[in-house]
Amino acid sequence: MNRLNTRTLTHLDWLEADAIHILREVVGQCANPALLFSGGKDSVCLLRLAEKAFRPGPLPFPLLHIDTGHNYPEVIDFRDRRAAELDARLVVRSVEDSMARGSVVLKHPSESRNKHQSVTLLEAIEEFGFDACIGGARRDEEKSRAKERIMSFRDAFGGWDPKNQRPELWSLYNARVHQGENIRAFPISDWTELDVWQYIQREGLALPPIYFAHPRPVVRTKGLLRPVTPLTPALADDQVEEIRVRFRTVGDITCTAPVESEADSIDAILAETAVTTLSERGATRMDDQTSESSMEERKRAGYF
Amino acid sequence: MSSPHAFPQIDHGLLRFLTCGSVDDGKSTLIGRLLYDTKAILADTLSAIETSSQRRGLSEMDLSLLTDGLQAEREQGITIDVAYRYFSTGTRKYIIADAPGHEQYTRNMVTAASTANLAIILVDARKGMLTQTRRHSYLAHLVGIPHLVVAVNKMDLVDHDQGVFERIRDDYLYFAARLGIGEVRFIPISALHGDNIVARGARLDWYRGPTLLEMLETAPAAHTEVAENFRFPVQYVCRPRDSANPGLHDYRGFMGRLESGEIAVGDAVQALPSGRISRVKEIQIGGLGIPSAIHEQSVALLLEDEIDISRGDLLVKPDEAPEAVKTIDACVCWLSETPLSTARTYLLRHTTRKVKAKVGRIHHRLDVNRLEREPAEQLQMNDIAHLSLKLAQPIFPDAYADNRATGAFILIDESTNDTVGAGMIATVESV
Ligand SMILES: Nc1nc2c(ncn2[C@@H]2O[C@H](COP(=O)(O)OP(=O)(O)OP(=O)(O)O)[C@@H](O)[C@H]2O)c(=O)[nH]1
Ligand SMILES: [Mg+2]
Repeated sequence: MNRLNTRTLTHLDWLEADAIHILREVVGQCANPALLFSGGKDSVCLLRLAEKAFRPGPLPFPLLHIDTGHNYPEVIDFRDRRAAELDARLVVRSVEDSMARGSVVLKHPSESRNKHQSVTLLEAIEEFGFDACIGGARRDEEKSRAKERIMSFRDAFGGWDPKNQRPELWSLYNARVHQGENIRAFPISDWTELDVWQYIQREGLALPPIYFAHPRPVVRTKGLLRPVTPLTPALADDQVEEIRVRFRTVGDITCTAPVESEADSIDAILAETAVTTLSERGATRMDDQTSESSMEERKRAGYF
Repeated sequence: MSSPHAFPQIDHGLLRFLTCGSVDDGKSTLIGRLLYDTKAILADTLSAIETSSQRRGLSEMDLSLLTDGLQAEREQGITIDVAYRYFSTGTRKYIIADAPGHEQYTRNMVTAASTANLAIILVDARKGMLTQTRRHSYLAHLVGIPHLVVAVNKMDLVDHDQGVFERIRDDYLYFAARLGIGEVRFIPISALHGDNIVARGARLDWYRGPTLLEMLETAPAAHTEVAENFRFPVQYVCRPRDSANPGLHDYRGFMGRLESGEIAVGDAVQALPSGRISRVKEIQIGGLGIPSAIHEQSVALLLEDEIDISRGDLLVKPDEAPEAVKTIDACVCWLSETPLSTARTYLLRHTTRKVKAKVGRIHHRLDVNRLEREPAEQLQMNDIAHLSLKLAQPIFPDAYADNRATGAFILIDESTNDTVGAGMIATVESV
C-alpha cells in the first residue's frame, strides 16, 4: 500500500500544517486554554495560525498578555489593535498589579521585571483556571528550550521538571492535567527565526513598527545596543549615539536590545536573517547572559 | 527578494533524523560537528560553548555542549533528554533530534525516534556493538524508521583501521538480518575531528562512499513515502453559529489533518464509527476553499449531508474503510517507572480517539540482547513486549507497518496522567 508520493508540502507548508494540528489538539483536549499574545513576531505568527486553524469560527480561546509595564508603546498599541481586528477577547495582567499585591517583590526599584512575569502568569492561570497556555517559544531560541516538549507539563506550582518530562510520541499529544496543573503548548517549536520571517512575508503579516529599521539613541554596552529610553536613561559617562536599528525580538524594554540595521522591509530583514552571525537571543537579550542557565532556571520557576 | 541565493528556490521539504546508540559513543559531538561544519552555529553560541568548555577545564572546544543544554547534562557530561536542532542546506530543512544513550532515558530516545525518518546509529569503534546499540537499533526498526545509517565513530582512536570498521559492519549486518532490518548503510567517521561528516578525512581515504551529509541530502523526505489510503481523524468540529453572520448558521467544518492519502472536492467519504456516507462539498484552510488536499495538510472538510460527526471520529473513503476492532495485538514499549499492571485499566489514545483499555495477555517480552522472546507477567520501564489489549469501545486502526499514524497509540495512566506506554499495532482483527 506504500508508494512514492509526488505531491509534497514545502517546508513552510509543513510547518504551518503541523502547528495548526497542535493548536487543534490543545483545543480538542483542554477545557480552558489561552493563547499568549505579546504583539511580538512569534505570537503574530501564532495568531495567524490560530486563524487558519479555526476560521470561520471564533478563536476558541482568549488572548493573554503578561505586561511588565515596561513595553514599547508601539507594541502595546499593535497588540490592542490586532486583538480588536480579530474580535478576540484580550486579557491583560500586569506585573505592577502583582507588585501591588506583594506577590512580586523587586530586589531594587530598577531590577528588571522580566523574570517576575512568571508570578503574574501563574496568578492569571489560577484566576481564570487556564489548563493550557499556548506560547510562541521556539526550540532554536535557547539551549534549554531545545529540550522542551511540544506539550510541556507544569505542576501545581507552575514548575517544569526537565529531567522528568512526559514521553511524547508521534503526534499523539497528551495534554491531560489534574486541577491546578497546566500544559504549555508550543505549536511553533520546530520553527527557526528564518522560518518565522519567511512565514510573515508569505502571509503578509503586519508587525509593530519597531521591527523595522528606525533611528534610535543607544549606548554600546558589552557588545549589545542598550536603547536609551525614559526607563533606561543614559548614565553619566555613557556615549549616546543615534543610529538606525531594528528589534529582532520585542520584550521588556529593560532587557531587550535592538540590532544595528538598515532593513526597513520584510525582504531586507529576510536577507539579513539568512546571513546573520549572531543568534536571536545572543544579539538581543541582556537577561540570558547573567549565567549559563538563566533560561532553564526561569523556566523551572514557571516562565513561558 | 533582495538576496535570491539565501533561500531555497526548489524546496525539497524537510527531513527529520535522530542520533542514537550507546552512552558516550559521540552522538552529541556528532550533531555539534555537523552544525559546526555546515556553519549553522552562530558566533555567539560558539563563543558561549568555548567559554563553557574552558570553564570545565577542557583543552579543546566540546561540541556536545551545543545540544547538552540542561544544567544536569553539562554537570555530568551526558545527555538526559532529547535536544532538537535545526539546519538548512539551501535545498532542505533538517530537524535533528539528539537522543540520550543511557538506558535509564530510553523513553526519551523513543520520543525522538517516533517522528524521525532516518536514524544515525553510532558505534564506538573501540567498543563495537553494545546492548544499547542493539536496543536502539531494535527500537528504530520497531518504530518504522525507514532509513538507518550506522556510523562507526572515533575512528581516530583505532588508527583509522579499515579492518575495525569492517568487523563492526559484519557484526551489525548479522544482527540486522536476524531482526529483519533490510537496508542499512555504513560509514566510518570521527565526530571529534570531523572526518566524513561534511568533508572527507584524508585519514579515512580507503572509504569511497558518500559523506554523512551526502547521505542526509539524498535520503527521501518523510512525506514522500506514505500510505495511500485516506485517513482523516477529526480533531475539532467548527460550528460558528454567528448571529451576526446568518450565512454561517449551518456551517459545520470537520477539522483535522490528513494522516495519509489525498482528498478532493466531490470525493465520497465515510464517517466511522457511524458508517454514514457523504461527499466532500468543500475543503478549506482558514475559511478559504482549496480544490484538494494531500497527506500532512491540516484542513477543514465540509460535507454535503448533515451527518453527526465529532472529535475522535475518522473519515475515510468508503472502499478503503478499516475494520472496527475491540481487541488489538500490539508491540508496546513500557515507559513508566511504575510497572505495567494487568489488573489496571489504562486510557488508550489512538489518533484523536480515546478509549479505556485493559491488558488481555502479555504474549512475550523481548530480550534485546539475545533477540529472544521470553515469557513475562509484568513489564518494567524500557521493556518491549508483545501483548493483547481489550478495549471498551472500538477503534479503527491500520497495522503500524502499513501506516505509522493510524497504527500507533499511547497508553496513559489516569492517576498521574503520565504517558506510560507506546504501542504499535501488529495485526488488525475485526470485532
Ligand atoms: N577521540 C574521539 N572522541 C570522541 C569522538 N566523538 C566523541 N568523542 C568523545 O566522546 C565523549 C562522549 O561524547 P558525547 O558526544 O557526549 O557522547 P553521547 O553519545 O552524546 O553520550 P550520551 O548522550 O550521554 O549517551 C566526549 O568526551 C567526546 O569528546 C571521536 O570521533 N573521537
Ligand atoms: Mg549525548
